[in-house]
Amino acid sequence: MKNRLPVCTLFILLFTLLTGVNGLSAQTEPNTSPPADNHPKAFWHQIDSWAKEFPLEIHGFGEARAGGRFLNDPHEKDMSIMETRLQLDFFAPLEQMSLKYKADIYGDFVTKYVHYDMREGNITVPFETMDLKVGRQILTWGTGDLIFINDLFPKDWVSFFIGRDTEYLKAPSDAAKVSFFHDWANLDLVFTPLFDADRGITGERISYYNPFSGDLAGENAKISADEPDRWFHDYELALRLYRNIYAYECALYGYRGFWKSPGGFDPAGRAFYPDLNVYGGSIRGPLAKGIANLEIGYYQSADDESGKDSAIKNSEMRYLVGYTQELAKDFTGGLQYYVEQIINYDNYVHSLPSAMPASDEFRHLMTLRLTKLLINQNLRLSFFTFYSPSDSDVYARPQINYKINDNLAIESGFNVFFGDYPYTFFGQFHQNSNFYGAVRYSF
Amino acid sequence: MKTLLSGILMVFLAASTWAAEEEVPDVDKIINKANLMAYYQGNDGKARVNMTITSYEKMDEKGNPIGEEKKSVRTRQFIILRSDVKDGGDQNYYVYFHKPADVRRMVFMVHKHADIKQDDDRYLYLPALDLVKRIAAGDKRTSFVGSDFLYEDVSGRSLLEDKHELAETTEKYYIIKNTPMNPDSVEFKYYNVYIDRKNFMPVKMEYYDKNGKFYRRIEALKIETIQNYPTVTLSKVTNVNKKSTTEMEFSEVQYDIELKDIFTERYLRRPPREAVR
Repeated sequence: MKNRLPVCTLFILLFTLLTGVNGLSAQTEPNTSPPADNHPKAFWHQIDSWAKEFPLEIHGFGEARAGGRFLNDPHEKDMSIMETRLQLDFFAPLEQMSLKYKADIYGDFVTKYVHYDMREGNITVPFETMDLKVGRQILTWGTGDLIFINDLFPKDWVSFFIGRDTEYLKAPSDAAKVSFFHDWANLDLVFTPLFDADRGITGERISYYNPFSGDLAGENAKISADEPDRWFHDYELALRLYRNIYAYECALYGYRGFWKSPGGFDPAGRAFYPDLNVYGGSIRGPLAKGIANLEIGYYQSADDESGKDSAIKNSEMRYLVGYTQELAKDFTGGLQYYVEQIINYDNYVHSLPSAMPASDEFRHLMTLRLTKLLINQNLRLSFFTFYSPSDSDVYARPQINYKINDNLAIESGFNVFFGDYPYTFFGQFHQNSNFYGAVRYSF
Repeated sequence: MKTLLSGILMVFLAASTWAAEEEVPDVDKIINKANLMAYYQGNDGKARVNMTITSYEKMDEKGNPIGEEKKSVRTRQFIILRSDVKDGGDQNYYVYFHKPADVRRMVFMVHKHADIKQDDDRYLYLPALDLVKRIAAGDKRTSFVGSDFLYEDVSGRSLLEDKHELAETTEKYYIIKNTPMNPDSVEFKYYNVYIDRKNFMPVKMEYYDKNGKFYRRIEALKIETIQNYPTVTLSKVTNVNKKSTTEMEFSEVQYDIELKDIFTERYLRRPPREAVR
C-alpha cells in the first residue's frame, strides 16, 4: 500500500500526458459522478478523488555502471560503459484494463549525451478468450537461451556486449499483440506497423570486421543502413500458434518482415534490410531430470531465394537443441547446440567477390550456462559461454551479483571475445573485450 | 435421587470420554487427514504472504537466538493462489511477487504432481524480458526464494516418501515419526510431526540430522478459523545450522474463490486480478 500514492495529482497528469488518451479514458472509470460545475475548485476536487481511486504503482531503480576495455582498440574509446541511469515504472491495474509506462533516463559519459529510452508504454485489455496489448512493449517467445530463432523481436546487441543488464538485450517494439485462447490451441499475432531493426553493431561503441576494407573498423567507418521507413507498408507480422501437450509446450511460428540486421548492400554499397520470411516450430518439456528444448526455423531470404545475389544474404535453416538440469543444490547447468545452414551454398560461394572470406555452409555454435546461488541465494555466480567450433571463436560472460539488502545490489562481470580469425562473428569483437561493475538501488 | 442420577451421568460421561480418548485412529488416517488439513483446504485459495528471513550471529542448540545481534533481515511479499485438481492429489500454485522491488511482478508457477514418479512442472516469468522460463524440477529440498522454507514445505512432501509411525499420543497431539524411504535423497534422518488431536492440524515439525541431532523446526504460531477452515496464519522455520529463522505471515486469506484455470502461460504473461491486487 505504501507505493500506491493516495493523492498524487502530478503523477496522474504526467501519466496522462505520457500515455495519451488511454490514461484519460481510464481515469473516468472509477468515478461515475460528473463534476457538479465547471468551477476550477470542483475540477481539482474531482481530479483528487480520481487520484485516490487510481491504483497507481510506482517503482524503478537508480543505477551507476562503469567499465572499460582491457585491450587497446584504435577505433573505439577505452571506456566501454559509463552511465548513471534512472528507470521509472508506472503500473495501473484498473478494473477493465491495465496501463503501463516504463522509461529510462540515463546520462551516458561515453557518448556524452543524456538519453531517454521509453521501454514500455502500453495498454492491456483482457477479454474472455482474447487479450489485447497495444503500444510499446517488450516481446519474447521461443525456447532458446540467448539464442533466438523464431523470436524476431528487436534485440540490442550493443547493450548486451558492453555489459548492461540482460534486460536491455530486448529492445522494445511499437506493436499490437492480439492473443486468442482456445482449448485446442492459442494464437498470438503481433503486428508492428513500422519495422523495428535490431540495435545492432554499427561501429559505434563496438568495432567490427568490415568485409569491404578487409579490416577492423569502428567509429571511423560506421555502418549507416537504409531502414525501411514507410508506416503500414514496411510492417512486421509475427505469429505463434501454441498449445501444451501434457507437460510439453509445442509451438509453430511465422514471420513476415525484414532481416533484423542489415543483410544486404545496394549497388552503391549502402547497407539495407532485405525482406525475410521465417517459418519454424519448437517443443520444450521435461526429459530425464531436466528440461529439453528443440527449435527450428527456415529463414527465407525473399529478395534472394536462389542465393545468386552476393549482395543479399542467402536463405538459411537454423536448428537448436538444448538441455538444462539442476546439477546440485542451487547449481544449474545448461547446454545448447545450434546450427545455421546456408541454403544454396554453391550459389553463394560462386557469386562471392574473390577478396571476401566466405562463411562456412554450416556454422556450429555451442553454449554453456552455469549458475550457482550462494549465501541464501543472495550471491549469484553465473557463467555463460558461446563457443563456435566451426568459426573457432568464443564469447564468455562470467558475472557475479550480490544482493546487499532488499534494495541494493552490486554486480560485476566480463565480456570476453576471442577467435582465430578477425572476421568470424565473435572473433571480430576481440578488441572489444571488456569488464564492468554496477551498483543498483531498486525501489 | 438427583445426586445419584447426576452421579451415574458423570460416570457415563467420563467413560465415554475415556472411550473416545482410547480410540486412536491408525497412522495412515492421521497423516492423510493432516495432509488435507495443511495443504488442501477448500477447492482453491488465496493469501498474501509476508516473509521475514532473519539470520543471527549466534543461536543455541534449540534454535533460540543468543543476543539481539542480527546478521541480516530480508523480506519478501507475494500473493499465492492455489487450486486443487484433486483433494490429496495434484495441485496448481501461482506465486506473484510484490516485494522486494527487483523481483516485483515476477511469477512462479507450479503444476504439482502427487505421483512421485512424475516431476512437478515449474515455470518462471520474468516481466522485464517478457520471458517464460521452464525450471528443471530438481531438488525439492532447495530453499524457496532464499528463505528457510523449502519448496517441499510450501507445497507439501508426498506422504509416499516416508514411513510413518505413531510415536506418541499426548493429551493434545499425535506425534508421528517419519523416516524417509530413500535416506540418500534428503538431509535428515527423520522428523517428528505434532498433529493436533482435535482438528488434525499439524502444528510442529522437528527435524533430526543424520547423527540424530535436532537442527530444524517448523511451527504454526497462529491459527485462525477462516470460512470454517482452520488456517495457519503465522508460521516459522528455525534452522539451527544456518542460525536463521523465517516467518511467514498469511493475510487476506480466502477460500473457494472460484479461480478460473489461471495456471497457464496466458496468465504468466498477464497476471490475473486476484494476484495483482
